[in-house]
Amino acid sequence: MELLCPAGSMPALKAAVENGADAVYVGLKDETNARHFAGLNLDEAGLAEAARMVHRHGKKLHVAINTFAHADTWETWRRAVDMAARAGADVLILADLAVLAYAAERYPKLELHLSVQASATNAAAIDFYRQFRIQRVVLPRVLSMNQVRAIARTTDIELEVFAFGSLCIMAEGRCYLSSYMTGESPNTAGACSPARFVRWDETEDGTLESRLNDILIDRFAPGETAGYPTLCKGRFEVGGETYHALEEPTSLNTLSLLPELYREGIASLKIEGRQRSPAYVAQITRVWRQAIDAVMADPAGFSVAQDWNRVLASLSEGSQTTLGAYHRKWK
Amino acid sequence: MKFSLGAIQYFWPKQVVQNFYRQAAESDVDIVYLGETVCSKRRELKYEDYMELAHMLREAGKQVCLSTMTLLEAPSELRELRKYCNNGEFLVEANDVGAISLLQENQLPFIAGPAINCYNHHSVRRLLNMGMTRWVVPVELSRDWLQDLLGQTLITDVRGCFETEVFAFGHMPLAWSGRCFTARSENRPKDQCELCCIQYPEGRTVTSQDGQQVFVLNGIQTQSGTRYNLVNQLASMQGLVDVVRLSPQLEGTFDWLQKFRQNQHGETQVPLAKLDSNGYWLNLAGLVQK
Repeated sequence: MELLCPAGSMPALKAAVENGADAVYVGLKDETNARHFAGLNLDEAGLAEAARMVHRHGKKLHVAINTFAHADTWETWRRAVDMAARAGADVLILADLAVLAYAAERYPKLELHLSVQASATNAAAIDFYRQFRIQRVVLPRVLSMNQVRAIARTTDIELEVFAFGSLCIMAEGRCYLSSYMTGESPNTAGACSPARFVRWDETEDGTLESRLNDILIDRFAPGETAGYPTLCKGRFEVGGETYHALEEPTSLNTLSLLPELYREGIASLKIEGRQRSPAYVAQITRVWRQAIDAVMADPAGFSVAQDWNRVLASLSEGSQTTLGAYHRKWK
Repeated sequence: MKFSLGAIQYFWPKQVVQNFYRQAAESDVDIVYLGETVCSKRRELKYEDYMELAHMLREAGKQVCLSTMTLLEAPSELRELRKYCNNGEFLVEANDVGAISLLQENQLPFIAGPAINCYNHHSVRRLLNMGMTRWVVPVELSRDWLQDLLGQTLITDVRGCFETEVFAFGHMPLAWSGRCFTARSENRPKDQCELCCIQYPEGRTVTSQDGQQVFVLNGIQTQSGTRYNLVNQLASMQGLVDVVRLSPQLEGTFDWLQKFRQNQHGETQVPLAKLDSNGYWLNLAGLVQK
């Protein structure tokens, strides 16, 4: 079972490799990347350097080109595939069926993984994407453990699941909430709730208000921890009650599911967070390396160490973690 | 320009659905999409009921298409999907690529629904090769985007082989989740939801803490808080859009159909309601009204 860690920069990549990642995923500094944030990600030279470093350690480099290509700038996506192939990437993570088709035909030996942004949640959808020669599918975070198991038992393709990090509660690649509020979505611009639309206001009584493109996402009392206004994690009013109508600001943590994921033959555990610091990547990677080694050595005897959970909670949104959709009760 | 009625997005009692389609049969709508696209637990109407409605509408001169589920997670949902794909009579709207896969097995043509991620000319071309005959544009795309795409040589060569359809009226489907937000709003777990969404035939509104309507909850689907309304944009669709889709509303759908039909070339500006939006089409944030 592979540990796949995120890197938005060379120092983060180094942190992942040195702390036990089997593979690292990165993206380019442009709109081909679903984590297209200012000051992050790699250019072509950076990509080549990343490939060299990862290969020196005997690990693999995955490059995510996982937004949907625009008609008038299609060349940007085609060039991104060419660039990643030239730089020595081991794997491309792709979502757009045209980009998949291009990569499959132009680079028949390059390993292709289906991005979570392609939203393949069932065996028939996986069959659809087989025509593009994919070797692995990254499953969306909307599936329960039972549903993951059902897919694992009906397909012979490699499966990758999200193990830890920000929790996307909508089927990835099928959420336009961000463009509805700001004009930019993960599919079209590679960003959800983009930072340039965020505004913080403090009212006279000390209440902190977070807004996204002027829309009030949440209000925080003095002393309350204020989180980034990701639009699906705000407090809104439904039927006279104000609460987190869609989702609380928590992080996904599947440590306790590890033996089951291992038993079902899940090929890879993905850690979310290309926007995170090198220090974050180092700590997360260390914990998951120990956990995966423990489960592989003795699946039946596996138990979650207290200090793993402590470290992960300290690195989580709102210091809280959840099993998310893997656990039926969450739904 | 043809007009269509998208599949009913909300969970309505059987009687209400049947009344709605009796009205549809008497209306001058050209195309009707039938089926449950949001939640497989909603079983007021079964496959046989939809087929009965389909026959009734076909006899009334409508083109009938069967719409399929958007978020397919369980093997039982795939079995049900297969039934719709193999109906043997009616064109199918695929709202997940899983449906395209099943239709391809039998070399059947299909309509790519708005939740299929098709954003560029190369993707359109690929889907055409697989059997797509109509492309329902993702709701977040603008007129400019559509024009750029349809203007590519790769498409102008084959433009006669497919129709384009645009979602033009109603609360837009914006997201799908494993979680049921309607059940959550009633503090019920999803597997004990007791189909509470049937009590909200127009969904449940979500407002910001300063009173702005931001979303509408419809089971596992999150819709736009505003009602998308392109009634004054039809003139700008000429030459680009072949089919204009209205999403069934509890009240007034057929009156709006008339207003749309009468305004195809921009004959009469129709005043918009405060909660109407048209931003996406105009290349702005979706909730904007211009």
